[in-house]
Amino acid sequence: MARPDRKGTPLYEVDNLHLSLPDMTAKPLIGAAPRIEILRGLSFTVPRGAVMGIVGGSGSGKSTLGRALLRLLEPTGGNIRFDGHDITHLPETRLRGLRHRVQMIFQDPMSSLNPRRRVGGIIAGPLRRHGFDRVEARVAEALDHVGLPRDFARRFPHELSGGQRQRVGIARAIALSPDFILADEIVSGLDVSSQAQVLNLLERLVGELGVTLAFISHDLSVIRRLCSHVIVMHRGEIVENAPTAQLFEAPQAAYTRALLDAIPLPDPDQPGW
Amino acid sequence: MRDGRGQIRRRAGLRLWLSGGWLALVLFGAVFAPWVAPQDPLMQDLFTSRLPPFWMEGAEPGYWLGTDNLGRDVLSRILHGARIALIVAVSAGAATCLIGATLGLIAGYFRGMADIVISRLVDIWMAFPPVLFAILLIAVLGTGLTSIIVAIVVIDWTRFARVVRAEAMNQGAMDYVASAQVAGYSRLRTMLVEILPNVLPTIGALLTLEMGISVIVEAILSFVNLSIPTDDPTWGGMIAEGRQAIHQSWWVLVFPLVTLFLTVLSFSQLGEGLKDRFDPVLR
Repeated sequence: MARPDRKGTPLYEVDNLHLSLPDMTAKPLIGAAPRIEILRGLSFTVPRGAVMGIVGGSGSGKSTLGRALLRLLEPTGGNIRFDGHDITHLPETRLRGLRHRVQMIFQDPMSSLNPRRRVGGIIAGPLRRHGFDRVEARVAEALDHVGLPRDFARRFPHELSGGQRQRVGIARAIALSPDFILADEIVSGLDVSSQAQVLNLLERLVGELGVTLAFISHDLSVIRRLCSHVIVMHRGEIVENAPTAQLFEAPQAAYTRALLDAIPLPDPDQPGW
Repeated sequence: MRDGRGQIRRRAGLRLWLSGGWLALVLFGAVFAPWVAPQDPLMQDLFTSRLPPFWMEGAEPGYWLGTDNLGRDVLSRILHGARIALIVAVSAGAATCLIGATLGLIAGYFRGMADIVISRLVDIWMAFPPVLFAILLIAVLGTGLTSIIVAIVVIDWTRFARVVRAEAMNQGAMDYVASAQVAGYSRLRTMLVEILPNVLPTIGALLTLEMGISVIVEAILSFVNLSIPTDDPTWGGMIAEGRQAIHQSWWVLVFPLVTLFLTVLSFSQLGEGLKDRFDPVLR
């Protein structure tokens, strides 16, 4: 959890981050597959306590960036520092000591919750793994936080609705009281009313827990509501990195303006927002 | 907030009842063969040779399914033969499952070098004609129950390895595996605690299928006289003997064949039925 005295100091420092993956569709019969550059030299910092929006079209590399921040993918160049630790090429065994401080909420909760484990076990597992005490109580608190009844701990994920499942995903992430949560397109699979509920919940939790959040989305109106800073990505590069208000008032990059123009207006006859 | 999906109880289904019922009957017959068999399965009596089954002219009470040309009771021999069939089905099925599923799980989850080695091994293995391979193995190992079980495991582990590998790959791509990594779990623990339970319904269905196949392989080996060296009755051996006298006494061939057929069918249907019934995930 962000300590008040350190608020605003950088939690993540990313410098010239490169990541490429082999393109198996273009692999020649003999020899290595050509590599596709997905991230091409990204540099930014995530200040402690910030809600960082990462926005971009599909294929812009925003999810890859998210997975690199969590070191689910290993960067091919540059470096990532988390709270002063260089985690760029840290082996998985050494990363495990940091894992409880960095959590993730996934896009598709049906896929990210193991269908054979009960909600209680899904939330309690990481707590037990990292040696937390009062596991049962923490599970109950996490369920309270996300507004699910405590007896949901005995349910299986397939017994829940989409919005409820996503709340379980959020509960799993916040139960560990992490410093940083990555939310990867977490509302794009939900219907409009569930989206609103989950966003309200996330907004409230960020305020209550003081966690640093990176929120990946392709939807600028969602970003505008939730985030304090926005990174706009296009083809693996950052085209704009600005505080939210500034970005919406005076977008600098042509790509940002194109994204802004694509937002449907509440009233088309009124000019602008 | 509450919906009805948790309350759905799927019916056990006719398929499950019929297959389970037949297998229970065979199991009962196998376990209690010495008590329920009407005759000694080895007792030869030329006065009672080639008796027809009970509904035909000339049948004798106590010889319900007739006798073969040495006067041995067909029903008693089927009951005693069920013992070897089931021992082979269970032990060969379980051993095949254990070896094949373990290798498949490792190949499908860890990928990389492990996958390359295991997959190529499977490819090479499957290029051998299975029955000839089995016969060759028995010729080397010598006949006997253990040799049959070893032969079945050696031939058929590839079936498990292939299917389980594919399923483990599917499951490995799911986000709950990534979330286990985010939680800081080790790869081995993720494989055993997250992936394995999700592959288990597939393994279960394959296991029962494999039990059926084991019964067939044992029968094939008995048919070519490479099964059990003693004169203990086996279904395959009975079919082989019945074939020689098909024109005089068809029942010596037909009854073991029908029993074998129903048993193999029941094994495969039991697997499917159990999978339908107990898979909690509504797909």
